Amino acid sequence: MNLSCQVRKRLGSFSFQADFQISGAKVGVFGPSGSGKSTLMLLLAGLLKPDGGRIRLGDKVLYDHAAGINYPPEQRRIGVVFQHARLFPHLSVRKNLLYGYKRTPKEQRRIQPEDIIRVLRLEHLLERGVNLLSGGERQRVALGRTVLTCPRLILMDEPLSGLDENLKLQIIPYLNGVSTEFALPMLFISHSLVEMRLMTDQVLMVEGGKVVEQTSTEMLAKKLWGSGRQGYTNLLHLGRPRERDDGLYVYDWGGVSLVLTEGAEEDENVFTLDARDVLLFKKHPEATSARNLLPCRVTQLTPLGNRVLVEMQCSGQQLTVQIVPESVRELELVPGREVVAAIKASSFRLAE
Amino acid sequence: MAFLQPGDMNAILLSLKVATAATAVATPIGIAVSWLLVYGRFPGKTVLEGVVHLPLVLPPVVVGYLLLLLFGKNGWIGSFLLKFNIQIIFTLTGAIIASAVVGFPLLVRSIRLGMEAVDTNYSHAARSLGAGAWDAFFTITLPLSLRAIFAGMTLMFARSLGEFGATIILAGNIPGRTQTIPLAIYDYTSMPGGDRMALSLCLVSICFSFAVLVLSNAAGKSMERR
Repeated sequence: MNLSCQVRKRLGSFSFQADFQISGAKVGVFGPSGSGKSTLMLLLAGLLKPDGGRIRLGDKVLYDHAAGINYPPEQRRIGVVFQHARLFPHLSVRKNLLYGYKRTPKEQRRIQPEDIIRVLRLEHLLERGVNLLSGGERQRVALGRTVLTCPRLILMDEPLSGLDENLKLQIIPYLNGVSTEFALPMLFISHSLVEMRLMTDQVLMVEGGKVVEQTSTEMLAKKLWGSGRQGYTNLLHLGRPRERDDGLYVYDWGGVSLVLTEGAEEDENVFTLDARDVLLFKKHPEATSARNLLPCRVTQLTPLGNRVLVEMQCSGQQLTVQIVPESVRELELVPGREVVAAIKASSFRLAE
Repeated sequence: MAFLQPGDMNAILLSLKVATAATAVATPIGIAVSWLLVYGRFPGKTVLEGVVHLPLVLPPVVVGYLLLLLFGKNGWIGSFLLKFNIQIIFTLTGAIIASAVVGFPLLVRSIRLGMEAVDTNYSHAARSLGAGAWDAFFTITLPLSLRAIFAGMTLMFARSLGEFGATIILAGNIPGRTQTIPLAIYDYTSMPGGDRMALSLCLVSICFSFAVLVLSNAAGKSMERR
């Protein structure tokens, strides 16, 4: 995707303005509620007409105020997965799925219904009415329905916000899988940093009706940490664990094993680890109550006031720790320094 | 039906004919006008809204008289139709037009409320899936307002069965041609000793109205279940 957008729009007392150019397959739009994220989505999809400006996707100009160009939504080939799915209540799951497919010109149909039904595991739901679906199933159908139109870009407007916490993490692999398997670039809109970090690698930050910044998702996480608004959380993708005799669970993480108190059912699990819950040692401590002692190499130090964010490499994985400047001096931390990180088995939490 | 007079059957059939035809003619127009009122942005929308709803508050006799002026031999439409040898006043067509006009506001009110209740997000979703504006209207908005359309049709049908004032002025009270149940009852009550016959037709009228209400309820519920 190569999207360039300079638009402005007034809606009553709210005014929205954006001027950005972005390319990449997984882009996030991040900002608090009411900041204008959904307005941006509506403007891009053609469901709301800007007051002026220009929108270009790839080599196609979708909107140009000066040139009098304004393609209607059905000709933009931009798919939208809405908050709360918005499945058509009078149609079955199958008819919902095929609604857009039937309206897609034959030469553009590169994704077949049977493939998407398989990937999203919808086989047993096809003849059902949509009112009988669970929240996660509804969102999967909505995703499939949009993907089947083979759009050039999928806008996902907080697709996880209507779902309860553990369902969210079940849907994320589907969203990622579909985007990757069918090579569909996406713009993922959300106010959740964890969702952003799981779904995207670049982010547009929206605040007060303006696109204020364009950055990488990791930078965004660090920036939010820096502003003191959110703590820094490590996200660890872990596979299925082995259970030990003493009831603890062992997970593979890069080249090392992690010992956790929490088990998991899925093949892919996301655990969070607060950057403040990691202790650093200069040398390997002989004995400690922490069950995980990991040799790491410091890659970067980001000081901010009375806190320092220490980024480290740990057998091929990234681990970020928050400590105070005094500890940095005592441990003589500089990029390249080897240290040992100690993490308690109970500090990891299955992400919500 | 032993308690009915021989001519009563004619009145009953005529009533059903008029109500059915009036509803059938008015429904597509009602849908179009509702669409204009819900989604249209044009000058004079308030005027259109007023004109559509006027028959609801005007005495039916006034509506009938205005229609008579319009469709009479010297009226705008009447004189035009006369060139093709078509007469509206004192005909079945006149009765149908009178019923359609008087029942129209009930139909439009219901359809309009139904359309307004359909979340525009659904048509947004349809548009983003490649449906044009009309396509989205006919495949999403209209089917989702089906219950309201049906409710409006029922109301209009029931109202047409009972139409009196406008009909008697535009179509007259000709037995076998334009005399519907209410007009026949009116005749009986002004006839010495006609009480019993009037009462019989009243009973028929009550039965019809009740049947329409029951049917509409049942249909509404079955649509809800879908």
